[in-house]
Amino acid sequence: MKKTYKIEVDCANCANKMEEAAKKTEGVRDAVVNFMTLKMKVEFEEGSDPKQVMQAVLKNCKRVEDDCEIFL
Amino acid sequence: MNQKQKKVLVRIFAAALCMAVLALLPVTGLLRFGLFMIPYLIIGYDILKKAVKGILNRQVFDENFLMAVATVGAILLGEYTEGVAVMLFYQIGELFQSYAVGKSRKNISELMDIRPDYANVERDGEVRQTDPDEVEIGSILLVQPGEKIPIDGVVQEGASALNTSALTGESLPREVKEGDEVISGCINMTGVLRIRTTKEFGESTVSKILDLVENASSRKSRSENFISRFARIYTPAVCYGALALAVLPPLVRMLFLGLPPQWGMWVYRALTFLVISCPCALVISIPLGFFAGIGGAGREGVLVKGSNYLEALAAARYVVFDKTGTMTQGVFEVNGIHHNRIGEEELLEYAALAECYSAHPISRSLKNAYGKEIDKSRVQGVEEIGGNGVTAKVDGKAVAVGNGRLMKRLGIAYEECHQAGTVVHVAVEGCYMGHLLISDRLKPHAKEAVSALEGAGIEHLVMLTGDSRAAAEHTARELGIKTVYSELLPADKVAKTEELLAEKPEREKLVFVGDGVNDAPVLSRADIGIAMGALGSDAAIEAADVVLMDDDPLKIAKAIRISRKCIRIVYENIYFAIGVKLLCLLLGALGIANMWLAIFADVGVMVLAVLNAIRALFVKNL
Repeated sequence: MKKTYKIEVDCANCANKMEEAAKKTEGVRDAVVNFMTLKMKVEFEEGSDPKQVMQAVLKNCKRVEDDCEIFL
Repeated sequence: MNQKQKKVLVRIFAAALCMAVLALLPVTGLLRFGLFMIPYLIIGYDILKKAVKGILNRQVFDENFLMAVATVGAILLGEYTEGVAVMLFYQIGELFQSYAVGKSRKNISELMDIRPDYANVERDGEVRQTDPDEVEIGSILLVQPGEKIPIDGVVQEGASALNTSALTGESLPREVKEGDEVISGCINMTGVLRIRTTKEFGESTVSKILDLVENASSRKSRSENFISRFARIYTPAVCYGALALAVLPPLVRMLFLGLPPQWGMWVYRALTFLVISCPCALVISIPLGFFAGIGGAGREGVLVKGSNYLEALAAARYVVFDKTGTMTQGVFEVNGIHHNRIGEEELLEYAALAECYSAHPISRSLKNAYGKEIDKSRVQGVEEIGGNGVTAKVDGKAVAVGNGRLMKRLGIAYEECHQAGTVVHVAVEGCYMGHLLISDRLKPHAKEAVSALEGAGIEHLVMLTGDSRAAAEHTARELGIKTVYSELLPADKVAKTEELLAEKPEREKLVFVGDGVNDAPVLSRADIGIAMGALGSDAAIEAADVVLMDDDPLKIAKAIRISRKCIRIVYENIYFAIGVKLLCLLLGALGIANMWLAIFADVGVMVLAVLNAIRALFVKNL
């Protein structure tokens, strides 16, 4: 399953870091962050709950870049 | 500018003013330090806060940390002005970057402002404003002049002119009337239209295009991937370099050369390193360049599905295209009247009248060429002879209209035609009156398109067609194309394309251009598939990598030129940014460059690279 979320982040490098962090989150098969359109596209693992996974993604993103937001 | 940016701007002015005043005050010692802390904290408090948080989260090598270390270090060395200035310029750079990116983001989304906000659904004589997502197939929509058509459909009632420029870049309005298909995203200009929808909103052209554009920059190009890998290595490398620079030379001087260690000088040089270590210029300008390139192309009616395709397109050296529908219009027209013994008008009139009951494409093109209302009462005794033509009595005269076989059958001597196409002979009362040549017509810009491609350095132009050899070679001659393969079935086209793919060097890319009708396999097989006139053809939008919204073949060369410009800008930025940084690193290590120059290397390069990247948006005159 794939879902797209709107995000808020200030710099392109931070967007790259968010992408890395999201990719490493459990339950995420793949993630792409598009800095230009401020969107995060997340592909979830089979059988995982997107809501829970996204909470973890948000937490991990906050860790690498404090000043970011994902609109869940 | 948004709230956040305005706040930063105020801080920048406040800190700059503060600094200017301090520079003139003749204070020294601890007071001087205390006073300089004011602008430093005004401009840098958030960076310091983030740096601390970063350390707590074990994210050491981010730019906040680097800036904090560099500026705190400078201040400890007593270089107050430089410490504050580095922070100040860093913030200016960040502000500029966020402003420029926000601006181009807005520009490009305005460009793609084709999303309809509502649909006026008519039900039981009442008109209700509805979310386009909720409109069912077969609903009747009312579209007033000035409104966007929200969903694909068929005109039920009314006639109007549609502005398609948001979709195609074509400024000429398109006339529609009852029974015509209309595409969502067009703007209704003159009359009220009642439209019966044929698709759901999610399946409509406008949704497809928006989806495509929004996802385009997610398909990352090689250059973008290179930059993210580079950034990951570059920053830590420079940081360790800085550490080495601060520690090693003094130790060597002290232990081996017996000289004073000069710690202060080497630490200062190391701090200069840290200022240059941020890869911002690259990390922002490369995606921005691609984003602007894709946006600019979109405005010209060229939709590119990803930065990777833009990159591949720039390396195109082979262009293979389909004939019918790509270079020719795919509609049959009367293109010549030869050997006529009566007036052209009269000959055409006989032919059109005799064929008036037939639904064959040939007879349709005869009727179109005749262009007047056909009075069927003038025609009697029509007899269709399958595979030959028709005979009929027109105004009481026996008229025979058909191919050579019909003439032979009736024993009438006729003249062969030397041009490619379908020949329709006309005989009246047993006398040969001449023939009409019906052929597919070249698109208006087909010839220019070929020379534009050649001008763009495309060395190999190949035409593939399912058409007969004579017709194919005729078209190829007219266009000036040397390589042509004819009488190909769709599967043969794939095979031919694969042959060409195997022949060419890896670095040179092969483009296939088709109209999306039954060439989807080739579109996906080629390095880059370009679909033409794709407005309303889902299969083509699906299969192609680049979609030309209207069917002007000149856009092929234009798309290639746009991609080249974009890639050139991206490479300029890569070389420029990396080059300046490396140079400054070297000069910094040697002690020639001070922190001021380092700030230029960081912020100045970023500003220039961002401005350069935005240039990719301007492609109108390419």
